[in-house]
Amino acid sequence: MNVIRGYKKDDEEGGKSGPFQNLEKSTVLQEARAFNDNVLNNKKCTLILTKILYLMNQGVTLTPAEATQTFFAITKLWQSKDITLRRLVYVSVKEMAKIANDVIIVTSSLTKDMTGKEDQYRGSAIRALCVITDNTMVQAIERYMKQAIVDRNPSVSSAALVSALHIFQRGAVEIVKRWVNEAQEASTSDHLMVQYHAIGLLYHIRKHDRLAVTKMVTKLSRSGLRSPFGYCLLIRIACKVLEREERSSNNMLYDFLESCLRHKNDMVVYEAARAMVNLSNITARELQPAVSVLQMFLSSPKAVTRFAAVKTLNRIAMIHPDVVTSCNIDLENLISDTNRSIATLAITTLLKTGNEASVDRLMKQITSFMSEISDEFKTVVVEAIRSVCIKFPRKHHILMTFLANMLREEGGFDYKKAIVNTIIAIIEENSEIKDVGLSHLCEFIEDCEHIELATRILHLLGREGPRTQKPYKYIRFIYNRVLLEAATVRAAAVTSLAKFGASCEDLLESILVLLERCLLDNDDEVRDRALLYMEVLKQKQKSLSSAFILNPISVSVVGLERALLAYCSQPNDDPFDIKTVPIETTPYNETPKSIGEVTTGGSVIKSAPVASKHDIFVEQLSAIPQFSKLGPLFKSSDSPVELTESETEYVVRCVKHTYLNHLVFQFDVTNTLNDQLLENVRVEMEETEGFSIISYIPIASLPYGQPKTAYTLVGIEDNTIVSGTFLNTLKFIVKDCDPNTGEPDDDQGYDDEYVLENVDILLSDHMQRIVKPNFAASWEEIGEENQTEGTYALSSMKDISDAVKQITGFLGMQSCERSDQVDHNRTSHTLLLAGVFRGGHEVLVRARLAQTGQVTMKMTVRSKDLNTCELVAAAIN
Amino acid sequence: MGGVFSSLFSRLWGTKETRILILGLDGAGKTTILYRLQVGEVVTTIPTIGFNVETVTYKNLKFQVWDLGGQTSIRPYWRCYYSNTDAIIYVVDSCDRERIAISKSELVSMLEEEELKDAILLVFANKQDMEGAMSPSEVSTALGLSALKSRTWAIFKTSALKGDGLEEAMDWLTNTLTGGTGTGSS
Repeated sequence: MNVIRGYKKDDEEGGKSGPFQNLEKSTVLQEARAFNDNVLNNKKCTLILTKILYLMNQGVTLTPAEATQTFFAITKLWQSKDITLRRLVYVSVKEMAKIANDVIIVTSSLTKDMTGKEDQYRGSAIRALCVITDNTMVQAIERYMKQAIVDRNPSVSSAALVSALHIFQRGAVEIVKRWVNEAQEASTSDHLMVQYHAIGLLYHIRKHDRLAVTKMVTKLSRSGLRSPFGYCLLIRIACKVLEREERSSNNMLYDFLESCLRHKNDMVVYEAARAMVNLSNITARELQPAVSVLQMFLSSPKAVTRFAAVKTLNRIAMIHPDVVTSCNIDLENLISDTNRSIATLAITTLLKTGNEASVDRLMKQITSFMSEISDEFKTVVVEAIRSVCIKFPRKHHILMTFLANMLREEGGFDYKKAIVNTIIAIIEENSEIKDVGLSHLCEFIEDCEHIELATRILHLLGREGPRTQKPYKYIRFIYNRVLLEAATVRAAAVTSLAKFGASCEDLLESILVLLERCLLDNDDEVRDRALLYMEVLKQKQKSLSSAFILNPISVSVVGLERALLAYCSQPNDDPFDIKTVPIETTPYNETPKSIGEVTTGGSVIKSAPVASKHDIFVEQLSAIPQFSKLGPLFKSSDSPVELTESETEYVVRCVKHTYLNHLVFQFDVTNTLNDQLLENVRVEMEETEGFSIISYIPIASLPYGQPKTAYTLVGIEDNTIVSGTFLNTLKFIVKDCDPNTGEPDDDQGYDDEYVLENVDILLSDHMQRIVKPNFAASWEEIGEENQTEGTYALSSMKDISDAVKQITGFLGMQSCERSDQVDHNRTSHTLLLAGVFRGGHEVLVRARLAQTGQVTMKMTVRSKDLNTCELVAAAIN
Repeated sequence: MGGVFSSLFSRLWGTKETRILILGLDGAGKTTILYRLQVGEVVTTIPTIGFNVETVTYKNLKFQVWDLGGQTSIRPYWRCYYSNTDAIIYVVDSCDRERIAISKSELVSMLEEEELKDAILLVFANKQDMEGAMSPSEVSTALGLSALKSRTWAIFKTSALKGDGLEEAMDWLTNTLTGGTGTGSS
């Protein structure tokens, strides 16, 4: 694609014109008829062939008919003995093989060339032959491949090894496995490349056999490879094995990595060091030797070595800054490195490892050449500043000033986004600096070309601005947007203004005046918003403001569209019920993202997927007739629950789907026995109180290795019972079958069953998380009519942050107002949770936690539905 | 224009290579004949999947010889190589009485091709060294050669293994190509 774009760009500029510019496919294919001439003109044919290849690589597609015709014309070129032309023919054959029919016609010719005297032909002929030979025909060329792998000519041997790997990955596993002896022999070759390729092939043949891989690595490492590439590959293989199992159980591989740190080749040493850094769970002490060699690399005369070393050290500094401290002096020297990329990485590493006193100096140094480095590295600097902010809260001011300066400089979108993200993160972390940060952002949007960033900042201002001491000073910045920007930004600004109006009574009159002016806007959306907000604000009712301005509805947009379409498609006198729309699922992180865990470059905020998992489930489930009458899908459980051990005959995973009055259990079943065909597969469940089994939807036929899905439909009989446990049995008919074809040996099967783990239904299965940006407003909106209150002693929880995590998870609700962040030094905390219960009832929970020896909780639940309140309160017991 | 000129030019100076196709059912001995002609030795062969192409020099004349595989699956591709062909060597396994009828039908349908209407036909009744081989006249009758009108053709008894008959055939071919025309058999 890139090439095409580049080509078009050149075209537009009307710049270059070469022999290959503006080629027409039909003309070139016409020219290819020259291949059929009785006497070939080698030069001419070479040029035509190059043109064809050029076109194909530009993305021009040939139809199968065109390709086949051209391919047969190309086969005529075999009569020429010109080496260049023949080698081009090989390349063309490989390209054409993807489209043309009957390409096996060149099999004999290629076999002859690969075994012939002309060495220049042999490697290329092998590669082409392996491309045109499909898996069923590989056996026919097996003899030649085996010979070629052990050929004395390294280019032939390498070509054969790499082609064998391609064939292997294409699926002709069994045949290639038979070449293992030849590959073994090649792995002892004197030639570096052959040895490397041989190890690659041997690894792939054995990669599913952990024991064999370990044996191979130890054996090869003991015999002392010549090829540094081979060593690097072995290191990577060793890492993969180490990642999969406990390190302690495979000390041999770990020792191998460590021994590679003493290798004489820099590449091998670096690869080993990097590998150790990337091992999960590596301790600071174990990293020491790797850091020592990287430290040596820091003073290497080669820029690329210094770069690699400092980049890896930068990574280590994120996890184990203390280990890198020993390199600080060397890193200091690199600050003045002529290569700015190295200098940037050195400084950002120092920021992470250094002490508080050095921050000012480092920031000054980095300012001196910020203008010289690329956006990508500027982003690295921003990320580093972010982590410094965590470490040294007292340095916020200097860092904030630095960020503000960066924001004023030129820069691309990703860079600006990183800065804005960092400032927002700092504001959220430290309320002292909120005012300063918000003013910097205000200044930024005064001249911001990125709509996405402007709307985000306006949203932030609407949320945070009213809670500052002088909310009025932000109004001017926001209203300027209404006057100056594009419609999207104007609409966001109007919403932001309305939030000030709803939250700050003394500003209300002024806000109403400003909103009135927006009524004359030429954009529909801006006018509509202004009018709505104005009318709502004029009512001066807290509950209205809360529902329409501070905490807008949070439904899934895709779901809303679908529900509206369904509503419009059938005549209906009832008004549209917003409660039938699925709620927007908020991504839930087990551990709230602290700004300490900084990603390496790239964006921090994940962009929302277009079609969520929820939408996919809706699609799948609505396709099943039995489920079409159940109403909208309310919720699906987050991650599938394993109902079997991972390496058993049958693997079953369960996803729970909740509807208004029903539950659907989705069982994804995989049959891991290749000599069995299962039929009529279903998961039978035992009824439990409050729930009744309505129907099963079995899997008609379940062959080996293809996961399929069975469903069980359960009705919710009693609305006061939300939890229960189901005992499950997988039942099916077994038919023995041929492992190769999958055909059953006979039609008679026998019944069998397999006991599965239990499935629990909990309160959280009936609860959907929603975000209330302004919790207090919603709290007032619901009122205390159905409020229930209770005090609990949480003896099983060790401290407040543990309790916060467990309660949030147990209730399946969303924590609001950052109340999931617990200050470790305090003995009391208030957790605010919001959710929607099955049936569309909003629930809010305010839990006051205190720690005096053990954790105690006073929990208040509010909802418009009394039953919901009681269920939530009862669930905690 | 250029094409006409160059072909005239090359014919004058005798540099044009004569293009020969060797065809026949699988196992008839086509590849063995090709290499016997080229290097004068018997090479071990395997069934040809596709084709072999070699330049053969015989008495200062250059021949570009295409040996196409004879398996049922390969035969449909023969036609891709018909154009510009000067002569066809059709090889028959003289011991394979069972498939001589198939051999005939392949020959007949091939000769109907427009692109081959001017090509000279040589039939090799091969494997004459084997016991029970059909004689050339038997082969000729079985293939229905006498029915051929307006085609220059000849049949030779050959043994690719021993090298018998190949020289006579090539002599006849060079004479026919360079000099006179005429139908007949040896």
